[in-house]
Amino acid sequence: MTPLRLPWLELAILTPAVGSLWVRFRREPAEARRHALAFCALTLLLTIGGWADFIALGAGQADDARGPLSAIAGRPLFRIDDLNAPLLPMGALIYILTILATLRAKIREFSLSRALITESILLATFASATPRGAVAMMILSIVPRWHELWRNGQSSRVYLAHMGLFAALLILGESGVSRAASPGEQPLWAILTLTLAMLLRSGVIPLHCWMTDLFEHASFGTALLFVAPMTGAFGVARLVAPVAPEWALKIISVMSLATAIYAAGMALVQRDARRFFCYIFLSHSSLVLVGIETATPIGLTGSLSLWLSVSLALTGFGLVLRCIEARVGRVPLSEYLGLYEQVPMLAGLFLLTGLASAGFPGTAGFISIEMIVEAAMEAVPVVGPLIVIVTALNGLAVTSAYFRIFAGRPRPSSIDLQVRRPERIAVMITTILIIGGGLFPQWGVENRYRAALGILGSRSGGDAAQGVRPARMHAPGSEAR
Amino acid sequence: MNEWVPRVLGLGAVGAPLLLLSAFGLSAFFTRKLGEKAMARWTAGCVSFGLLSVLGMLAMMLGTGQREVEVEVGDWVSLPAEGFHFRVKFLFDRLSVPFAALTFLLVGVTGAFANRYLHREPGYRRFFLYYAVFLLGMVVAALAGTIETLFIGWELVGLASALLVAFFHERPAPVVNAQRIWTVYRISDAAFLIAALTLHHISGAGDFAALTGSGPWPNSEGSFAPGQALGVGMLLLLAAMGKSALVPFSGWLPRAMEGPTPSSAVFYGALSVHLGAYLLLRAGPILDASPILCGMVVLAGAASAAFGVMAGRVQTDVKTALAYASLTQVGVIPAEIGLGFRYLPLIHIIGHACQRTLQLLRSPSLLYDYRALEDALGGPIPHAPGMIERRLSPEARRRIYRVGLDRARLDAALDRYVARPFVRAFRWCDRMERRWTDFLGGRRGRPHEHEPRRRRERSAAPAAPKAEETNP
Repeated sequence: MTPLRLPWLELAILTPAVGSLWVRFRREPAEARRHALAFCALTLLLTIGGWADFIALGAGQADDARGPLSAIAGRPLFRIDDLNAPLLPMGALIYILTILATLRAKIREFSLSRALITESILLATFASATPRGAVAMMILSIVPRWHELWRNGQSSRVYLAHMGLFAALLILGESGVSRAASPGEQPLWAILTLTLAMLLRSGVIPLHCWMTDLFEHASFGTALLFVAPMTGAFGVARLVAPVAPEWALKIISVMSLATAIYAAGMALVQRDARRFFCYIFLSHSSLVLVGIETATPIGLTGSLSLWLSVSLALTGFGLVLRCIEARVGRVPLSEYLGLYEQVPMLAGLFLLTGLASAGFPGTAGFISIEMIVEAAMEAVPVVGPLIVIVTALNGLAVTSAYFRIFAGRPRPSSIDLQVRRPERIAVMITTILIIGGGLFPQWGVENRYRAALGILGSRSGGDAAQGVRPARMHAPGSEAR
Repeated sequence: MNEWVPRVLGLGAVGAPLLLLSAFGLSAFFTRKLGEKAMARWTAGCVSFGLLSVLGMLAMMLGTGQREVEVEVGDWVSLPAEGFHFRVKFLFDRLSVPFAALTFLLVGVTGAFANRYLHREPGYRRFFLYYAVFLLGMVVAALAGTIETLFIGWELVGLASALLVAFFHERPAPVVNAQRIWTVYRISDAAFLIAALTLHHISGAGDFAALTGSGPWPNSEGSFAPGQALGVGMLLLLAAMGKSALVPFSGWLPRAMEGPTPSSAVFYGALSVHLGAYLLLRAGPILDASPILCGMVVLAGAASAAFGVMAGRVQTDVKTALAYASLTQVGVIPAEIGLGFRYLPLIHIIGHACQRTLQLLRSPSLLYDYRALEDALGGPIPHAPGMIERRLSPEARRRIYRVGLDRARLDAALDRYVARPFVRAFRWCDRMERRWTDFLGGRRGRPHEHEPRRRRERSAAPAAPKAEETNP
């Protein structure tokens, strides 16, 4: 496999890990925040550097053989390909935006050190060269969130029950799949448990309650960082899609579609902003899974594009909600808060990011939704209209929440509610990316198309040397043992 | 004639509103805020440039005898290996050119009016930002050469309309009304998108030529089987009914009058309310392929017109009365389309839009006008009973009056049979979910907002004596 010119991936993974230790011993919160931002910015640059190097190499995959960790292990631990190349900078961007929009008053609740270590784990998950590495990192990522719940005195039973089951299923499924005698001979039970694990991690109904619970009881930033990069979707694309037979993909597709519809409906009746955000997120992330399971180039391309746009748009959306929370406390959606006059910029970004996630024309999600719907219409005609209905409901929920938060008689406030400079910068970056991605989508779509072809290639052929497992392409009836 | 002339004119017509939106959007988000004068100049300049481009195109088409000019912008997204193209194309023909010119004209007039009407209002910039979104949406929808492009314009118009209804967002009523309008628009948008995708699925292309038949409008001929035409046509009719406030969605039109008068005039009285009729005109070949569909269009239009007459006569404020008067005409237009007319509804749209804009812009000074009229007559304006009024019994008149006053309870019916069951079902799910997570998390007895009130009180009740016991 072609090696990268510099060990970009290992450096990108180690930088936030070192930063976590460094920030932990800073006493002054403002200083800790500045340093955390510097580590995040460096990580983002390294991930972009890795992506640029990968493009310049022109190879299908490239590994990090020259890194220190690989030298210790004696083999490359991380690799970059068309699927994860943009996911790494996206993950780093989500972290830097979240930390940028964290006000000083919130630093006590939101641990910067913990955030940086989770960034390191996330990047390692995305960049893992082997399925086992990705599985180990996914399980490891459970720990910091549990630690926060425990430290804050919140009940972590719901989270632990679901994540414990996820870890067990993941280990069981992965060990079963990797022990197959030859490619294409993975046992059914292993594929099923692996699929179930990813459905659980993605929050597919009825296994989604851990997500609402996490949003209600963890800090908003922590919950956002856990779900926004869509590690579950990554697991489906990397671990399940290459081995899953048609029927398993159909199961995921049906359950994801049901989740998308259910969550869209639930978002409309929520009276708490955090739960509302959680359902909106669930609905959109489920649409990404629906696209992945179409297993067609157009559907997969749409899905992978939607993944990026939804992650970005909903990160922006979540950050706006978090900024509002930082000003007025927990945001109820049962009354009109009248915040428009105080924070018109946040109002604009709330609407923009919310509608962008629902695929409004001119934003990054529009083309992606079109592609998924088109592919779904070709595969199963009834799915296309259902996706359209989901996006319509999500659009309704977003405007309803917008009116609840920003409309109403302005209330006098003893403190200045205006947007701070770091928040303004976060707003601008998000806006530029959402609108830029919407107006000039060709490059991004082409890039995701190559990744889609890679996934489809791994399903039809497979390449054991690249850590990709081929699918069982038999008829459903012949699968039984 | 050189090929670049229509291209420049076509792109000028679409580019002008895009430039206006970019200027206002950038100033709102990134740079220093534009002043009122600068915004007025930008508006006047862009609208004039757009109008001149459309008129230039019209002159060119008349001069060369061309009935249809296509302006290809290119592929927004394309994956040639998969045959996937998202093409952006604009079409100038006998339908789109008058509609686009009408849009620029009325939006320009309203912009000039709003510049004075909203002078020094706190929401001046916000109004003109939404105005720019609306203008772009209308122009894109009018000139769209593919169904996807039409959908983009359609969505922009919907969003701008809903936000403008909620313009005075300090009061709850405009916000509630805006949310209701947005709901109807989303239903309409979903129906439109499903229709577009079905058409795409059937024909394999998004161009109007492939979708609605070959040949220039209105002589284009479709190649749809009656069954296909009926299925797709019903979805398009649903989209048009939502956008044009036809029965049973008529409730949103008077609610839209909560917005500032200039926006009410240009959006709900004149332009966006006709977008549904425009869609039906554009989809003429589909209607031609199915007589049943034509019958449904006539029925929907006639019912809306009758309802508009009935409800409009009993309204007590001028803007609502004008909204129902608008609905009457907007109902007649689809009926004309369903009966097979093509030029007549187009002329009807243009005439009605101009007159209604004038009436709505004059509505704030209606009392003054009446007083002037009465002064001139030397007494109250005489009221002569109409033919129907003379022939109907007092009981029948009273019943019709009540139906009109209650607006036929259309909104109440939609609430009762559509919205309420939906909300109840999901609230029940929410309650069950919370109970499940509380059980899992060991947080029993936590009341929440979706619990019925009695149960909430019961679960809260035991806490009070305990507090007393611990605090003697």
